[in-house]
Amino acid sequence: MTTASSDAETRAQILRLLGDIAPEADLACLNPDVGFRDQLDLDSMDFLNFVVSLHKTFHIEIPETDYPKYMTLNGCVAQVAASRT
Amino acid sequence: MAEFVMPTLGADMTEGTLVQWKKRIGDPIAKGEIIAEVDTEKAAIEVECHTSGIVEQLLTKPGDKVPVGTVMAIIREAGQPATTSAQPRNIAPQPVTPSRNPPVAKTAPASSSGTRLRISPAARKLAAERGIDPTGLQGTGPEGTITLDDVTRAATVAAGVGTVTTAAERQARMRQTIAAAMARSKREIPHYYLSTTIDMSRALAWLTTENGRRPVTERLLVSVLFIKAVALALRQVPELNALWKDGETVKSERIHIGTAISLRQGGLVAPALHDADRAGLGELMQRFQDLVKRARAGSLRSSELSDPTITVTSLGEQGVETVFGVIYPPQVALVGFGKVVERPWVANGLIVPRPVVTASLSADHRVSDGHRGGLFLAELDRLLQEPQSL
Amino acid sequence: MNITYREAVRSGMREALQRDPRVFLMGEDVGRYGGTYACSKGFLDEFGPERIRDTPLSESTFVGAGIGAALGGMRPIVEVMTVNFSLLALDQIMNNAATLRHMSGGQFSVPLVVRMATGAGRQVAAQHSHSLEGWYAHIPGITVLTPATVTDARGMLLTALEQPDPVFIFEHAYLYSMEGSLEEGSIAVEISHAAVRRIGKDVSLLTFGGSLWKTLAAATQLAQEGIEAEVVDLRVLRPLDHDTILTSVRKTHRAVVIDEAWRTGSFAAEVSAVIMEQAFYELDAPVARMCSEEVPIPYPKHLEEAALPSAEKIAQAVRRLLR
Repeated sequence: MTTASSDAETRAQILRLLGDIAPEADLACLNPDVGFRDQLDLDSMDFLNFVVSLHKTFHIEIPETDYPKYMTLNGCVAQVAASRT
Repeated sequence: MAEFVMPTLGADMTEGTLVQWKKRIGDPIAKGEIIAEVDTEKAAIEVECHTSGIVEQLLTKPGDKVPVGTVMAIIREAGQPATTSAQPRNIAPQPVTPSRNPPVAKTAPASSSGTRLRISPAARKLAAERGIDPTGLQGTGPEGTITLDDVTRAATVAAGVGTVTTAAERQARMRQTIAAAMARSKREIPHYYLSTTIDMSRALAWLTTENGRRPVTERLLVSVLFIKAVALALRQVPELNALWKDGETVKSERIHIGTAISLRQGGLVAPALHDADRAGLGELMQRFQDLVKRARAGSLRSSELSDPTITVTSLGEQGVETVFGVIYPPQVALVGFGKVVERPWVANGLIVPRPVVTASLSADHRVSDGHRGGLFLAELDRLLQEPQSL
Repeated sequence: MNITYREAVRSGMREALQRDPRVFLMGEDVGRYGGTYACSKGFLDEFGPERIRDTPLSESTFVGAGIGAALGGMRPIVEVMTVNFSLLALDQIMNNAATLRHMSGGQFSVPLVVRMATGAGRQVAAQHSHSLEGWYAHIPGITVLTPATVTDARGMLLTALEQPDPVFIFEHAYLYSMEGSLEEGSIAVEISHAAVRRIGKDVSLLTFGGSLWKTLAAATQLAQEGIEAEVVDLRVLRPLDHDTILTSVRKTHRAVVIDEAWRTGSFAAEVSAVIMEQAFYELDAPVARMCSEEVPIPYPKHLEEAALPSAEKIAQAVRRLLR
């Protein structure tokens, strides 16, 4: 089951992971429904590292074909939530 | 006795500041071990020792800025007796004294080129002391010569900017370093440019299958295929894997691919993936990931900065289709890759959509000709059609 | 006290003759005629023919005799009328005077003083207008002096007579009639340093002998244009005082060397090389030279003037360096 509080926690964790990759970015300004690669100027290496850290943090399998689902903050939160059901 | 000297970590480096020693006097050290951390205009670099032995003397203090080539430590090689006090080594740490050999001289083109900067020796020395790039100055002396007055004026203007943060300062210095290297490249190197469009359908299909098999931590990026293919293609056209030193080509036996990495705060570095032709794709990917992480954290190693024999740059991330690259001296070639895009492609008389990439070669015409450059791109294309054998 | 250069030389010699019985003067026309430039006028009467000796017209002979006298313990002053005729004595100078201390393993001293007039500017044509002091400065074993002031003209001679080795004094013929103020109480002067004759910060003008006065005139002219030139009188061509030259150039970062000799192989070239070797990174402009045109010095006045350095030409050379 997901709750509002655990979603908020997931969101904070994901933001922290993004912050590790783009330390200079102002994450408060991040639009959660728009792809963050452009917003944070992440290249494919950064994105791969992000996927790896999602995998390690939330213990989820992310096949390459699923990458498009992880392109926005809200998308990531939804995928993590879905993996817990 | 072996001397450990301030290494040159790139053609544009003239001096460095010792941040800290990683070894103490009396410590054993093996060849390849990190002996010191050195701050250059670009980054803090971990410097490897090229000798095995015992650290006998440390001659430079942390915080000291010394010119390239200055003896910083003495290593007693295995089997040698310790230095006795009766035979003192007379090697004092050298302060930066540009009067002997002003560092900026290195950024000036050779006098034979006919475009050598017209600057007086005194002005050149002052510019070096003040960290001013004289190439941008307007000379007011006879025949447009840059004089002491011109440099003094520029120094006054520069000082007027006031105090800046260390990060901004470093960034400004990196900009200046890149400016010097690139200006030198465009002044000295007669570039020629070739490009070809490569069908990537086989490579991407193979990559998708391969990544499907690999756990997320071991997945490959297409850039690694490019790097490996370039490394292998260089075996066929080795003259592109060379350095231009003192008016002649010095071919490199080993293939160290400099990979252009843009830094998040601006600027870029192009550290080496050593012996890229001999590493498997998985290993190359791990090393590439590590290199990017360390480049952005500012902890590259000396050999990574000084060793590249060619540079590969991929600008596809920003949607760029074709790169017209500027060679990083003293290298003699640069390979650029654009974005992999879907384009109409004619195969067996039919027009089909295919993912394609434009690969370009910037090469030094003093060293190679268009024909050989063309062979290189053809070989690169051939290799990318057989991704399984990369 | 104001006296002429000629009187300064004369008073120096007179004082030397008075205080040291080993000193004697020898040369063409120094006795009965009183010296070609009248520097020994009245000496024959005052000191007698033993000490004021007229010689035959043979430079090789009387310079050689001077070397012999010096070896024998005397303190001869040999007047070779002009540098132009010194060429006839070159073998004695170069192979004997300059080498005997070395050849004898230090056993023999040649405390000889040779004086001669040098330079052009008096319409005496190509054979009598040479400036060869730079040639002599090439020779190890001798000291080469170029007094430009009355104080040096008198004092250098007295110091030269105290030296254990040969000293050559080049007196610019143009200077003999020049008046100057003799520094109070001056007798002997030191002969190891160059002298800064005018202080400035924009350019170093390095010169010696007769060219000093043209150079000072140029500096005055330049000052009106806002250019502050420093004027260094080299005084001693061998051994050359590098420190004073380099100190000045390190301050001004520019140098012009003024030398009445021909440019090619000139002493100006030596000074220029010293600067290049030791102060290259201090230079804000190439070292410039102002020398004579590479022609035999012409007889007609206007052509002679055109061939020699002048205050205007020196000033012009400085302006070229600065703009």
